[in-house]
Amino acid sequence: MSRAKALKQLQAVLPPRAVITEPSALKPYETDGLTAIRELPWAVVLPENEDQVREVLGICARHDVPIVARGAGTGLSGGARPVADGVVLGLAKLNRILEIDLDNCVARLQPGVRNLAISEAVAEHGLYYAPDPSSQIACSIGGNVAENSGGVHCLKYGLTVHNVVGLKVLTIEGEELVLGGKVLDDPGYDLLALMSGSEGMLGVITEITVKLLPIPPEKRVLLAAFADLEAAADAVSRIIAQGLVPAGLEMMDRLAIQAAEDFVHAGYPREAEAILLCEVDGIGAEVDANVALVTRVVDELGAFEVRLATDADEQANLWRGRKAAFPAVGRLAPDYYCMDGTIPRSQLSHVLKEIGTLSEDYGLSVANVFHAGDGNLHPLILYDANRSGELELAEEMGGRILELCVAVGGTVTGEHGVGVEKLNQMCVQFSAAELSQFFRVKACFDPDEMLNPGKAIPTLARCSEVGGMHVHDGQVPFSNLERF
Amino acid sequence: MAHAEHDDRERLIDAVGEAHSHGRTLAIVGSGSKSFLLPELEDAGASLLSVAEHAGVIEYRPDELVITARAGTPLRELQQLVARNQQMLPFEPPMFVGGGTLGGAVACGLSGPGRPWWGSVRDSVLGVELINGLGEALSFGGQVMKNVAGYDLSRLQAGAFGTLGVILSVSIKLLPRPPAERTCTLAMWAAESVRCVRAFARQPLPLSATCFDGRFLRIRCSGAEAAVLSACEVIGGEVSERDSYWSHLRDHDLPELRFGDEPWRVSLPPAADVLVDNAVIEWAGALRWVAGASADVAGIAERAGGTAVRLAAGFGQVSGAATPGSLRLYQQRLKASFDPDNLFNPGLVDEHAD
Repeated sequence: MSRAKALKQLQAVLPPRAVITEPSALKPYETDGLTAIRELPWAVVLPENEDQVREVLGICARHDVPIVARGAGTGLSGGARPVADGVVLGLAKLNRILEIDLDNCVARLQPGVRNLAISEAVAEHGLYYAPDPSSQIACSIGGNVAENSGGVHCLKYGLTVHNVVGLKVLTIEGEELVLGGKVLDDPGYDLLALMSGSEGMLGVITEITVKLLPIPPEKRVLLAAFADLEAAADAVSRIIAQGLVPAGLEMMDRLAIQAAEDFVHAGYPREAEAILLCEVDGIGAEVDANVALVTRVVDELGAFEVRLATDADEQANLWRGRKAAFPAVGRLAPDYYCMDGTIPRSQLSHVLKEIGTLSEDYGLSVANVFHAGDGNLHPLILYDANRSGELELAEEMGGRILELCVAVGGTVTGEHGVGVEKLNQMCVQFSAAELSQFFRVKACFDPDEMLNPGKAIPTLARCSEVGGMHVHDGQVPFSNLERF
Repeated sequence: MAHAEHDDRERLIDAVGEAHSHGRTLAIVGSGSKSFLLPELEDAGASLLSVAEHAGVIEYRPDELVITARAGTPLRELQQLVARNQQMLPFEPPMFVGGGTLGGAVACGLSGPGRPWWGSVRDSVLGVELINGLGEALSFGGQVMKNVAGYDLSRLQAGAFGTLGVILSVSIKLLPRPPAERTCTLAMWAAESVRCVRAFARQPLPLSATCFDGRFLRIRCSGAEAAVLSACEVIGGEVSERDSYWSHLRDHDLPELRFGDEPWRVSLPPAADVLVDNAVIEWAGALRWVAGASADVAGIAERAGGTAVRLAAGFGQVSGAATPGSLRLYQQRLKASFDPDNLFNPGLVDEHAD
């Protein structure tokens, strides 16, 4: 009854066709980039401006309808997966670039603006927006902030949080929070940092101001091929130890190389156990000096082939195989499961070896293609969902990999977010007291758990069930259970 | 090394637990170098909780570009340690008289001259361990560059002035120390200085600091020697090598700058054309220091899209009369979520609604 009323009110404040309830039209929204997990929402709403977003939040709050905000739906952890009785709040129509301020080197954007569209819009002024998640053609800046997205170049240029200077956020209580602006410093708690990566759990982002950087005049891409995986991993640490921060430092293992070659014929050496792709950018002679430094390091560690791409075409060619690596690996098996753990660089060769062992134990192949420079692994576990039990096996093995990442001092997610995917592993990484602190922070902004309920932070009850939870000082926190 | 390694963690946890059970409030202090940014908390009945003894490096692997140290570790020692490995703390924390500690630098959130290019204190924080107001030791973030597991409660500690908890240790991202540094000094009028520095900031130049003092615009370039030298040719002016000017500026130890008593620290959109005259202008325009006696600085800053706070006892007021109403509500709730009984640094988060 209340639902019928809610629907009527939503239809009244939104344009025609901006409220979707027919099951066939809801279908495209049942999942995000983590396609293994699906759920049909009760409705999808597609507001066109901030006022309409505010109305939607108000109506949903009054009628107890949970809300899942969604950008372009490219996320890889199920952060935008709908909840069954809830609304998907699609923000793709809020896609205007509101202002390009060249004097202050910032752009003011609506949340649905595509990541790549920012750099395209300011390229003529010699500027760009640095964070470049691999989905940058499609993914939206609002989603980038919600997930604190990374990308190939965050080794040198930082994550989304380092490149955003202002946010407007609507809370479920109808308050508009203006955080930062075109400034570098703001008194009070750093809510801008808190909102970054909060996975749509604390508020709905309606406007983003990003930093624009001058395009580096010189760029080189270097490929180094190794007959030994560990040597390639050691080269990563050694390059950073030289005092050099490359713009990007990526690694692919044998299986990923083969897959990429079969798919796009980038000309990678098929006999290699691993290749490194290193991008160096900067000004004039500095770039060549740094290329020489990288070359020396990979030579010392026994690279059997080193290729340098100086012009844009050659560089694009070297990057082609890396950029196509996920779909290329996708051709090797009916399904793959992409992990996202981050580890200290010095643990790379150890962890890669352990992943190899797990792969043998579980009988599932793993391709490794990842951001080596910042220790952000993306093991792709190959499986066939049509074979009974294989998805569960892949998920279990993925969980083991993430637990390994935590054990060596890393984290279960570097850039994809927790979403619904890594809830169990969060129990391994955080203690009951820490999870409780997360819930208290959530309650500050969304006391009735209306925004993206059930995501990002596992309940203590769930952690008790999976048995992975840290128990500090022998205290089992059952007394807290009923609070969540 | 001269520093005192000491693990005071258990005592600090006990002290918070005891304050909690006895209903006492705590004034958290490191070396005391930035105590002038807070009101006299002890006068208001708070007991002093010194973190200074909880000092020393927990883990430092230069090839990871990460250092983890206890909160009481003196900044100067940290700086010297990483400098021996040709690395640096990217946010160039000010070291006022007394020097400062790592925990204090994070709690106060003051970033130095390189902030627009090397990032803020918050940008460098990878992980924090803290004691919340329930006496629980909690770890958020970690030691890796990329980490999106859970809400970012580690970066939230930067600039929170200890109101959310007692910081026990911090993991900081380091940067390689640039091999070359030069400073270009150009004489110019105040009116043209902002336009000039913005024009340089829009170009791909290895800038790492700027300061206009009313007569001279100084621009620091850092990076590979070749890049720095060619930048100096583009910028022009008189060129000097590594210059202690910048560390003095960072520490407010430049008498000729006449920051004066309790100056306004103004954060503005960098190209803003207000508060230019009689100001010391850093961060390519985004940070300006204006004499404390000047009128209506806060109003002017606000109308230009910025904020102004005097570098004085009210600076650490995290949330108060100057905070917009809606923000204040959420700041108060956040405070309560970490410290429900208001144990830490009482008074910095105003408990009353408008």
